[in-house]
Amino acid sequence: MNDYQYDNGTVKGFIVSSIFWGVVGIIVGLWISIQMWSPAWNIPPYFTFGRLRVVHTNGLALGLGVGAIFGICYYITMRLTKRPLLFPRLARFHLYLFNAAITLAALSLFAGMNQSLEYAELEWPLDIGVVVLWVIFAVNIFGTIIKRKEEQMYISLWFILATVVTVAVLYIVNNLAVPASLFKSYSIFAGVNSANVQWWYGHNAVGFIFTTPILAMFYYFLPKSTGLPIYSHRLSIVAFWSLVFAYLWTGAHHLVYTPLPDWIQTLGIAFTIFLIAPSWGSVVNGFYTVGADWSQMRNNYLTKFFILGITFYGLQTIQGPTQGLRIVSQLIHYTDWVPGHVHMGTMGWVTMTVAASIYYIIPKIYNTEIHSVKVANAHFYLVLTGQLIFSITMWFTGIQQGALWKATNPDGTLKYTFMEGLIKNYPFWQMRTVGGLIFTVGMLFFIYNIYMTVRKGKALAASSI
Amino acid sequence: MTGGIYKKPVLFAIVATVVILIGTMVTMFIPMLTSQMHPRLEDLKPFTAIQLAGRDIYQREGCNNCHTQTVRPLKTEVMRYGEYSKAGEFAYDRPFLWGSKRTGPDLARVGGKYPDAWHYRHFENPQAFFAESNMPAYGWLKGKKLSPSDMESHMKAIGFTYSVEEISALSEKDELDALVSYVQIIGASVKKKPAPAAVIEEKEHVTNPFAGDLKAIESGEKLYAANCAFCHGPNAKGDIGPDLTDDEFLYVKGDVSDDDYFEIINNGTAPGMVEEGRTAKGGMPSFKDSLDRNERWSLVAYIRAIQVKGAQK
Repeated sequence: MNDYQYDNGTVKGFIVSSIFWGVVGIIVGLWISIQMWSPAWNIPPYFTFGRLRVVHTNGLALGLGVGAIFGICYYITMRLTKRPLLFPRLARFHLYLFNAAITLAALSLFAGMNQSLEYAELEWPLDIGVVVLWVIFAVNIFGTIIKRKEEQMYISLWFILATVVTVAVLYIVNNLAVPASLFKSYSIFAGVNSANVQWWYGHNAVGFIFTTPILAMFYYFLPKSTGLPIYSHRLSIVAFWSLVFAYLWTGAHHLVYTPLPDWIQTLGIAFTIFLIAPSWGSVVNGFYTVGADWSQMRNNYLTKFFILGITFYGLQTIQGPTQGLRIVSQLIHYTDWVPGHVHMGTMGWVTMTVAASIYYIIPKIYNTEIHSVKVANAHFYLVLTGQLIFSITMWFTGIQQGALWKATNPDGTLKYTFMEGLIKNYPFWQMRTVGGLIFTVGMLFFIYNIYMTVRKGKALAASSI
Repeated sequence: MTGGIYKKPVLFAIVATVVILIGTMVTMFIPMLTSQMHPRLEDLKPFTAIQLAGRDIYQREGCNNCHTQTVRPLKTEVMRYGEYSKAGEFAYDRPFLWGSKRTGPDLARVGGKYPDAWHYRHFENPQAFFAESNMPAYGWLKGKKLSPSDMESHMKAIGFTYSVEEISALSEKDELDALVSYVQIIGASVKKKPAPAAVIEEKEHVTNPFAGDLKAIESGEKLYAANCAFCHGPNAKGDIGPDLTDDEFLYVKGDVSDDDYFEIINNGTAPGMVEEGRTAKGGMPSFKDSLDRNERWSLVAYIRAIQVKGAQK
């Protein structure tokens, strides 16, 4: 028996908050997916596509993503350091401040306060709020790790530490701006240079929000829920250092064929190809770990989530570098292929891994079992189906768009007007909404399952007193 | 691969920071210190107060979520949109608004492509122009007054020079005026290639291969509805652009030959451009790259057919 108590309340708070913001973000996502094929669903001024899309991306990246990262990283860090958080009351304040900041962020985006930097849309007062949130997180994580009771730092802690320092550097630099009023600022970077800074940030926000902390969860919860040790410690070391080294070189693959100097584009593309290796280092490690006992795929519902999650991570990290190549980029860049790519990562890899981590944590905290494995399995197959419909329809329509834009008549004139290309997307965009709906139903199964597990846990605790 | 680093969190964090800063330095920070990242075209001017107000609205409404502002140096892209984007045309863009998705068309060369009236009407009801467009309407910006004092502080913050008159004139303008002003200046620092019609010597007249061809007239009618009706009106009686059924051509009475129509469809018009001794006001885009030769001649055949019909009445 430990002579201390983990601060489960804060972890629970972050998990519940992240699920709440996840629901908001997913509903807005469904809404904008309908706006794509039915402009009547735009309700100005607050609910037009241009404003709602950033509520969707920020709601899910900051609300669901970062909320889950805060809570689950606290959970992992406490276990791996064998001690409670160094500053538990600060962590509780962190939770309240997080929800206040996300609420204000959502309202400010509805109101159109937008820096026009993708995934860094929030205006400067909220940027300061985000930095404060991150500093609190960093202080607690670093403090707890420094004062740890377990000498060796496990892989997950490396990924968490890398996340903490890198996101701080990225976020502060990209948001540097001159305020014009409380609600408006102008970036200190201009033109080509601002594009280069933004995509250095933008791609690494993917790397250090949707990759490294999720890998921290993967490396912690996969062995925990399967009882199988990570296949290769050495591989995880190589994969970790090469991943965090290479990621920062790759942002310019978002700017292929733009006026950005060619050498930066080419360097970005080259490192993007290299990035396949460390990404697949973790994929291979995951597969070989479960390879010790594949029957877990049938018998342990959590294994399915983790293995499919890491599979989508593997596919994502092949597809991404392929898109960076000039010859592929010229066809699919600016088309719906790209949202198809992003959503395989977010709906496939990130959400599956986060949901599985929560499935592991909640029964553990409440000293009980999951409410229903059947419901969890239904959740699994629904989100898998929804995500596949989403991604695959977007790949089709993306290739079609790119091809129609490039098509020429025998005399060299363009074969299709922009409108002729656009209307061919409509059936695919409608299919995407269907995929999104199926995914949403899956997430509702998840929420129901978590809610019922918490209820069961509370009832058990009450009866045992 | 052993080592105490996995037992020393502070050292670990320092090493990790150094590792992430290497790529950051090479691809982002060091280039920033060189002139290659800060080019500026000679003709590029800072935004005026109303243009900046329009750009602020463009950002507020998230236009960059659906429209890019960078033309790639690819053949079909240059044909569709115009000259490919130059590094030096964005020096006053803080931040850049290149976007990453083309749900709608690229806008890097939209400035001056259409007359203001086209934009007002299109913003108010995009579906009136393109029935199947998915663009939201922005007519609600009309009547929302600009704030001169806000814009003065914005101009100060971004460091552009402005005149007192320019700021006070904003009180007469609304948000839609500002947005149109901004859209019309996008890409203005890059010279449009001079319309060939203005420089090519008059060639011998070429006759329309489809003159009077009923099939061509029929397809011309469809092409007219899809490409021309927004500006010249559903019955070609004129609207934003001039009447095509009367006996005027470029605001001067007297008919011209078929290939003059063909030339205008090919090249569009630029202000001051001269065709058959008549001066254009400008504002019509070129259709050379979006319609093939037969389609362009079919349009001429259709226009001729409705002119005859008009004359018979």
